[in-house]
Amino acid sequence: MANNTAAETPSLRAWFPAVAVGWLIPGGGHFLLKRAGRGGLLLGSVLIMFLLGLMMRGAMFQPQTGDVLTTVIYTGGFIGDLCSGLFYLLAIWLGYAQPDAAGHVHDYGTKLLVAAGLLNLLAMVDVYEIATGKKD
Amino acid sequence: MPRMNFVSHFEAALIFAFFSSIVLGVVTKRTDRERLIYGLRCFAYFMGSVFVIGWLMFLGHR
Repeated sequence: MANNTAAETPSLRAWFPAVAVGWLIPGGGHFLLKRAGRGGLLLGSVLIMFLLGLMMRGAMFQPQTGDVLTTVIYTGGFIGDLCSGLFYLLAIWLGYAQPDAAGHVHDYGTKLLVAAGLLNLLAMVDVYEIATGKKD
Repeated sequence: MPRMNFVSHFEAALIFAFFSSIVLGVVTKRTDRERLIYGLRCFAYFMGSVFVIGWLMFLGHR
């Protein structure tokens, strides 16, 4: 029983480097696994969404606790932002600090920033499946 | 960094739908043909939802 479980669980070494690169550089995991076409599409999509979010002056979420809804929205939003990897880290390191402002353009910007990270999360899951042989 | 001071609701929905459809197509299916079809289908569903929900909100506020 234990042997079966061990055989089914892919080793960390098989997938972790590709997933880590995929987090840091969207599409990077696919490039590492020689899927350059798919990697390029993912990189372009996440990068353009993230840049449009910045140009719309979207706000980055900071984790907050309190009632359940506040915790889910702010901590979930922060995790979504963080999933953009190097783009998020660079924006923060270069001093991007847009306060949450009224207006639908800012609001769409905030949503695009989170959506870019969440799409990269999907890309990371895809990289995991490729690296562990569940998918081509 | 240039600013985008005005984006309509439709343009924002179009941007979101376009890039989300690309990623969903790329990560979901196994062959390039399936990816293309699924990406186009997702885009059509997104835009169809925009029109249906837009009309519902318009009629609901009359």
